[in-house]
Amino acid sequence: MKIYLSIYFLLLPLFIASQNNITGVVFENNPSNNQMALPGASVYWMDSSEGVVTDFDGKFSISNTGSYTNLIISYVGYKTDTLKIDNKKFVKHYLNPASNLDAVTIRSFAKSTSVSYLSSQNITNVSSEELLKAACCNLSESFETNPSIDVNFTDAVTGVKQIQMLGLTSPYILITSENIPTIRGASQTYGMSLIPGTWVESIQITKGAGSVINGYESISGQINVELQKPNADTPLFLNSYASSMGRLELNAHYNTKISDKLSSGLYFHVNSNNQLNDGNSDGFLDSPLSEQINVLNRWQYTDLEKGMVAFVNVRYLTDEKQSGEVDFNPGLDRLTTNYWGSEVNTERFESSLKIGYVNPDITYQTLGVQLAYSDHDQNSYFGLNQYNINHQSVFSNIIYNSIISDTRHKIKTGLNFNSDVYKENVSNVSYALSPDGNSSQAINQDIYNDRSEKSIGAFFEYNFDNLSNLNLTAGIRIDNHNKMGTFLTPRFHLRYTPVEKSVIRFSFGRGKRMANIFAENQNLFATTRLIQLPVDDLKSEDAWNYGISFLQNFNLFNKKSEIILDYYYTDFDNKVIVDWENPFEISFYNLIGKSFAASFQSQFNYYINENIEFKLAYKLYNVKTDYASGRLAKPMTPKERFFINFNINSNLNDDGSQWKFDTTFNWIGEQRYPNRIPENTTSIIPIYQAPTPDFTTVNAQLTRVFSEKFEVYLGVENLTNTKQKNPIVGSENPFDQGFDTTFVYGPIFGSMYYTGLRFKIY
Amino acid sequence: MRRYILIILFMPFMVIGQNTSAKASFKVDGVCGMCKVRIETSTIKIKGVKVSKWNVNTGQINLIYNEKKTNINDIHQFIADLGHDTDKIKAPDLAYNSLDACCKYRDPLVVKDHQ
Repeated sequence: MKIYLSIYFLLLPLFIASQNNITGVVFENNPSNNQMALPGASVYWMDSSEGVVTDFDGKFSISNTGSYTNLIISYVGYKTDTLKIDNKKFVKHYLNPASNLDAVTIRSFAKSTSVSYLSSQNITNVSSEELLKAACCNLSESFETNPSIDVNFTDAVTGVKQIQMLGLTSPYILITSENIPTIRGASQTYGMSLIPGTWVESIQITKGAGSVINGYESISGQINVELQKPNADTPLFLNSYASSMGRLELNAHYNTKISDKLSSGLYFHVNSNNQLNDGNSDGFLDSPLSEQINVLNRWQYTDLEKGMVAFVNVRYLTDEKQSGEVDFNPGLDRLTTNYWGSEVNTERFESSLKIGYVNPDITYQTLGVQLAYSDHDQNSYFGLNQYNINHQSVFSNIIYNSIISDTRHKIKTGLNFNSDVYKENVSNVSYALSPDGNSSQAINQDIYNDRSEKSIGAFFEYNFDNLSNLNLTAGIRIDNHNKMGTFLTPRFHLRYTPVEKSVIRFSFGRGKRMANIFAENQNLFATTRLIQLPVDDLKSEDAWNYGISFLQNFNLFNKKSEIILDYYYTDFDNKVIVDWENPFEISFYNLIGKSFAASFQSQFNYYINENIEFKLAYKLYNVKTDYASGRLAKPMTPKERFFINFNINSNLNDDGSQWKFDTTFNWIGEQRYPNRIPENTTSIIPIYQAPTPDFTTVNAQLTRVFSEKFEVYLGVENLTNTKQKNPIVGSENPFDQGFDTTFVYGPIFGSMYYTGLRFKIY
Repeated sequence: MRRYILIILFMPFMVIGQNTSAKASFKVDGVCGMCKVRIETSTIKIKGVKVSKWNVNTGQINLIYNEKKTNINDIHQFIADLGHDTDKIKAPDLAYNSLDACCKYRDPLVVKDHQ
């Protein structure tokens, strides 16, 4: 800890300051007084060439190097305004739409979720506004209103939600925080619940092969999380949340400008749940008891004149979860057979440094450096099974951007060095029939899996943009990994616009990774399954992803509409198979044969006006693997999903007040239980031959904005009270063969109501 | 270790000969987003031009170009031939007339319309 602190304080003096920075936000001034942010508006000083463009939320930050006083704000289709800036630091400005000679009003509004029309990659941007629509609580719950990502429970006790994209679970998705890989290794299972929702500024979802810059690990896609920026976030933000499930959350952001170039932000999150919920009376808690403290400190340094931007982040968190039988008392019953209980205690420290440099004379030359360190420590037990892991990770990256001949040909090149040191041990207890055939006997397995992985790599990416209808990115990286050897990772993306308003995208790419079988499949500990490891080593996972996507923008009844169709296919050359088919065992082995994930998604978006938005999506998966017992669909994965999201806002009043309503309907199709019939059983456990029933859920949230400073929201998850009846198999005999909490297909908890408030001080 | 060194050597470090790069900034007349697309996509195709950005509000064009491959006068002439007046060369009427109606920056009504 001392070392972290001294490094931290040593870095502080790096930030010296001397100039004025003005931040602000640009909105459309419309008759209905809707707060419609204008992204892409130009903001510049009169009589200077210094200018910036507003971001996705209409926000901007401009430095005042000369002593300019006239700030010009302009946007195509709007009247240009000149503002007098004297001592102001924050500007909030409404632009008037320009009315032209034919009296045609040009209406434009920002969408809270948007698919890029220009990028060669299939990237969906989820803005902060979209994230407010389903207010709860952390990153794993930030995708409720997004059809591209599926969220499932991994088991019926720990309350962990796992995300899926293109039919593959999160280990195959590269999850980065500001482009630094963050949810991987030891944090794979619980990491998403350790990023509080209010800290997230926006999310970029890339489907299919990602860019080579972010490493070789992404297979089905990439999710990048942008956190709140100290110089753009509100100076003081408070949020509290309470649910009928007993979950309480508190978030506080405090941002301060230390000088014109240096800003700092302190982000504090705490959540707790100490309400015992057992709605289905199986004697087990439906949701865990928990307590989390999470603190992030960010420093942002911006010197536009010299072309320097830097971020320093330091984060520390502790998280404690208790689950299992209602009567379980950790002090008395820990690791005994009195009651089945589980505790998962996590402690994590992370720090990162990012420096970006733009050559002020030659603007196409930029240099970026990223350094990150994390120490993740998890101590846990599940009944009699114990699982402890410590993961120390170092990530470093240097990226150089330039052009070949002119700005239509861009190149990115750089180096990576990564190191992961794991200390992992498993103590597993499973049960088998005793030789006399009358009782079951315990089998103890102790597995020590300490290891260290290092890789060094170089990448090169070329981008061609003909500035109208063609944009392609071709990238390649070469890496040397102490376990995987030397390998090449090619990735290719192409965007073509055959006619106006339509976009065709094509991509392919390779991904490779080392599986962390225990960290990624922690739900196996909440069973009494025997762990079967192969005699030979588990090889690295290796896959190719191919994708094609079509986007068409058109007007339906004079309203803006979008159709998106995409098809992705992931083909594994090698995969570490996680075989749940035998109800008393879990086996890990190398793929022999085929494993693939095909995913089709069609989506229709309809924007009736800036206040009413409608999204409809249908997804079809075909995810199959050759198991030891034959080719089977991936268990506990719905083949089909239907999604509807509807969002309506009232007109924005002069005092800033507004009503907002959002509702999401989901229909989840049948799922397959892993169901190979076992030979010797002591307990009579249900063998599931039929698939799970399909089900629907409805979520809704109403937000009352009283002013730009204060708002209150009220919501419900699972309005129709859909419940899986017996999510825990063998709950009567948790210390015997057949006890299993992983057969979860639907909600465990019925309807859940929540309320919260947001308070901002400017 | 030798492998690591090989990889580092393999890394394609770009040779950057910046000595020949010159910067220029001058006024180009135009009014709208279409003008911007025309000015930028045409000038970038001039051999030797590396960066071309035109600001629709200030009318300022910012160029980075290779002095050995092109010169500033040729660039002025090229832009004028596109139909856009520069602060040195007035566009020929023929070129100006071929611009789209919304781009007629010499017409005060069109200019007013874009303000």
